[in-house]
Amino acid sequence: MRSRAAAVLLAALATAFAWLLLRAESQGAIAALIALAVLAGFALLRTRLLDAFTRAALRDERLAQWLAFAAVAVLALLLREDDFSLLLLTRVLIVIVACLGLNVQLGYAGVVNFAGASFFGVGGYTAAVLSRATGLPHLLLLLAGGVTAALAGTVLLLPILRTRGHYAALITIAFALLFRTFLEVNDSLGGPQGLKLPELRIGPIRFNDPVAAGPLEGSFYLKYVVLALLVLAFFFAVVQRLERSWIGLALDAVRIDETAAATFGLDIARWKIAAFVIGNFVIGVAGALSAFMIGFIAPNNYSFAESLILVSILLLGGVGNPWGLSLAAAIVILLPEKLQIIQEYRFLMFASMVVLILLFRPAGLVPRPMRRLPGTPR
Amino acid sequence: MSAPILACRGLSKRFGGVLALDGLDLEVQPGSVLGLIGPNGSGKTTFFNVLTGLFPADAGESRFAGDPITRLRPQAVYRAGIARTFQRSRLCLPLSIFENLMVGNHQRLEHGLWFNLARRKALARQIADSFEAARALLRIFDPPLADRMQEPAGRIPMIDRRRVEVCRALISRPRLLLLDEPSAGMTHDETVRLMDDILLVQRELGDLTIVLIEHEMSVIERVTARCVVLNYGRKIAEGTYAEVSQDAAVRQAYLGVE
Repeated sequence: MRSRAAAVLLAALATAFAWLLLRAESQGAIAALIALAVLAGFALLRTRLLDAFTRAALRDERLAQWLAFAAVAVLALLLREDDFSLLLLTRVLIVIVACLGLNVQLGYAGVVNFAGASFFGVGGYTAAVLSRATGLPHLLLLLAGGVTAALAGTVLLLPILRTRGHYAALITIAFALLFRTFLEVNDSLGGPQGLKLPELRIGPIRFNDPVAAGPLEGSFYLKYVVLALLVLAFFFAVVQRLERSWIGLALDAVRIDETAAATFGLDIARWKIAAFVIGNFVIGVAGALSAFMIGFIAPNNYSFAESLILVSILLLGGVGNPWGLSLAAAIVILLPEKLQIIQEYRFLMFASMVVLILLFRPAGLVPRPMRRLPGTPR
Repeated sequence: MSAPILACRGLSKRFGGVLALDGLDLEVQPGSVLGLIGPNGSGKTTFFNVLTGLFPADAGESRFAGDPITRLRPQAVYRAGIARTFQRSRLCLPLSIFENLMVGNHQRLEHGLWFNLARRKALARQIADSFEAARALLRIFDPPLADRMQEPAGRIPMIDRRRVEVCRALISRPRLLLLDEPSAGMTHDETVRLMDDILLVQRELGDLTIVLIEHEMSVIERVTARCVVLNYGRKIAEGTYAEVSQDAAVRQAYLGVE
């Protein structure tokens, strides 16, 4: 009971903090808030309270999920008039979805993917091209974004399966660089100028109209928050179930020791392919959703640097832990947007954050806990 | 004598200039325990690696229960009914003991995407059943260990890791078990206990043949019916332990020329 109260209190504090941070305008106030968060973070780490919290959250994970869900909802309602903050919030949610996909690849199967932003882009361009050229329902286009991203990934399968470690990483880097050039020289995809997308519509809902439901009035971004939150909740559940199943176990075995896994009948290639395809699908859906929200896409959004940011979110949060990468995504997206001094140096900042994490907390801010398989005693 | 469960003819494997296996002929009778001994670098582990498909053989063939397995991939060798342990423990240390055991049970588990994601009740039942089966097997080896199945394998002492590794191989119900120096890193008494437990499981399973690589000669003497002695990838002697231990070539290989 006490741990539940503590969890509710923590969620409330985090929501209040996020609200203050998103509302804050003056750079001084933002810097003070961030300094406060850094201090609190250090205190949590040093006193091992963070680990205690994660253990408590794990014991009652359903509660943690509802609290996180409620926190985002409350935050969105508090910020309902504030377009920019809602846009940021939605971006965080979408990036978390993309990182969930990357997590299946890198975190579980150990398949490196330095082209995350490219597959994100495949999803976005699919949504753009199909929404301009066809009258297909937009909800279907989100799925189509995932499917084409998964298909585009199959181009890389053969070289990835034939190489290991650094070499597999290099191949995905090459793909990321090629993909951007491909977009830039391809006039039917808008070239360097990119493409505009029509308004997102799902059933009768037009996403670019302001919200006016009875007494509730707010920015049209509220709808995107809801949609992104639903998509996130769905994929969060899928990825967690995937981990807590025989599939998750097989992926872990393949990542940790390929030779031993092969000796016990695990088909290495099959599992790597499965993880790569599933991961790219998730990334592609996130990319399509992101394209619709921004309403405009261009090659610049899908550079290799963006892929690196996705990977660094994973490293920062804790490879293999959906909760950890969610926290890290929020940090990595919000920090440079709010603290404008950083904007220019954001890659420097991310790089040093990753180095510090690898040195002092190699398993990430929230290390991946032991797997809890359903049906095993607690 | 009945038909051998494992029969190898002229098995050879070359690494650059080194002939690690040099025309090895070997037969194992079903239900027996065969000891495989020889000095370091004599090709014992290479034999296991070639047999299980980790290294392709350069020449020769091996048959398991009459079927050729020489060109099979490791996965297919495992499905045919051959399981092994590794000389240097190869457990997945971050995973729990139970999860490690389940890696060995791979072929009996249901891996469909729909089953694993959507039919969680059925999955939980399958996991609960597997959990009980794993616990029962582990209990034969060490009852306290069977109550710690959800701890990471990296946190248990070496002797327990060996036990888990043997159980990981046994849980798939193999017909042939290849044990690569199970005593490495263990005391004499621990080795004796581990071997006794393995023999107990063998009696319970009925249809299990064991090939054992071992340096602890008292273990070989106690548990094996026959021994094969390797040196430089060749078989230099075969027979009961009493016979091969008196063999001049064997004494020379182990102790050098007098």
